Amino acid sequence: MIQGLRYRRFSGVAWFWALSLVIAPLLYVVIISFMSRGAYGGVVWTMTLDNYLRIAEPDNLAILGASLTRSVGLAFVTTLMCVAVGFPLALFLVFRSGRFRQALFFLLIIPFWTNFLIRTYAWMVLLSDNGWINHLLEKIGFGPQALNWLFTPQAVLIGMFYNYLPYMAMSLYVSVEKLDPKLLDAAADLGAGPLKRFFKVIVPLCGPGLAAGSIMVFIPAMGEFVIPDILGGGTSLFIGNLLAQQFLVVRHWPYGAALSVVLMVLVGVCIALFEKYGNGSKEDLLA
Amino acid sequence: MKRLLEGLGVFLIYGFLFLPMVVLVTLSFNKAPRGITWEGFTLDWYSKLLNDQGILDALNNSLEIAFWTTVLSSLIGVAVGITKVRVPGWRGLGISKLASLPILLPEIVQGLSLLCFFVLFAIPLGKFTVVISHASFGSAYVATLVRARLKAMDPLLEEAAADLGAHERAVFIKITLPQLWPAVISGALMVFTLSFDDFIVSFFTAGVGATTLPLKIYSMLKFGVTPEVNALSALILVVSLLLVTVAFWHQRTKVAEGA
Repeated sequence: MIQGLRYRRFSGVAWFWALSLVIAPLLYVVIISFMSRGAYGGVVWTMTLDNYLRIAEPDNLAILGASLTRSVGLAFVTTLMCVAVGFPLALFLVFRSGRFRQALFFLLIIPFWTNFLIRTYAWMVLLSDNGWINHLLEKIGFGPQALNWLFTPQAVLIGMFYNYLPYMAMSLYVSVEKLDPKLLDAAADLGAGPLKRFFKVIVPLCGPGLAAGSIMVFIPAMGEFVIPDILGGGTSLFIGNLLAQQFLVVRHWPYGAALSVVLMVLVGVCIALFEKYGNGSKEDLLA
Repeated sequence: MKRLLEGLGVFLIYGFLFLPMVVLVTLSFNKAPRGITWEGFTLDWYSKLLNDQGILDALNNSLEIAFWTTVLSSLIGVAVGITKVRVPGWRGLGISKLASLPILLPEIVQGLSLLCFFVLFAIPLGKFTVVISHASFGSAYVATLVRARLKAMDPLLEEAAADLGAHERAVFIKITLPQLWPAVISGALMVFTLSFDDFIVSFFTAGVGATTLPLKIYSMLKFGVTPEVNALSALILVVSLLLVTVAFWHQRTKVAEGA
């Protein structure tokens, strides 16, 4: 380390930020998950396990289970779709797009710079019964209002895929860009077909990009509640809806806190798994 | 043939990405107040938009919040980045671990925990709490860029300056900061858009008086959409397009200059 340079002030600021704005609020949520609810919705400082016991009640457990399953399932399918489209796209951009490479990469991030509510609203317009997609389908002979997808799980999935694809495509692009094309030539010379080259050379070498992309898609997707709210019509509860409801509508904060502890644990497990199988620390993935 | 299929696939993906944008821009010029059939060109929705005090106030709030968030996050983010790379022992390592939390945790968890925290200290919800909340995650994003830049910099330069008698402050201002600028600028740009776009964290921490543009849009979506939203979307699209183009061009000329 650098002699005489200890950066005390910088580390002071950094620790102040980390402790007061990152750790303390999270810790506080854990603490109030063990407290009781006051008569008017506040937090009363008496220790209790009631909130966790309440989660364990069959009715509540069923709701939590269903919404968690829905959230994890949606996040999983979204991630898969993003990989399925993002990987070929990244490969195309790096190896085949030639002089259009920069322009195409640029185009990829443009939609990502508009507000995500607006992007999601656009899909509401497109998918509505009188929307463009239905008009197009009618023109090619599918009859009027052939597609009733707005406020269905399909609409939610389209919205999720649309919003998260750029994250996956970008982190895969960065990874594929670092790939040495000579390795692919070597594999081809030694008789590996395109599929084998993809799975034996490209996928292992792009592991960190794949893991980074998956973290960036899967984890926020798991907590997502706005897209299901807008495109799904709020008909089915996701874990995010459940939390928002407890904190902003029902105002049972200790119970909501207990539910968010459950989500935090789940997120922690996912991060640990991605780190374990993504070969590389998350710090390197994100930088 | 294979080339053709490839091209078609890529064309479809980009079509999928841009279809919603095309729809919104087209509809923003459409006379029909409801429905999507073309009834002629109009600029009415734009003039309505510019006279809608609610939207203008929300825009104003968003810009103000994004500005202060950017200032605060850039300052904290530089400190966090330097601590990650240059501070030895647990002080540096601990920050390296903790600073990725705001990027990794779902926004809803951050939003609700910050809400609880503000209420604990009886801090009234408003623009101030939104700025603090946005800076909580914004600093982490600036820090990752600063860290990457620092890792690519030669620490010997700072060491040499210190050996030659420069104090810590002088080393930072004359050696470290000039090399860090590109990372700070891109970090600031990134945080500005993150803050300007943020819905979830603001949803929890804004309270009544600090309706930001995304919060306003959300309530418009929930309680009756008017074509004004289309006009607003088109305007936001054009402005972000300009910003991205400038940022991209800036980066390219920098690369061309070999910096």
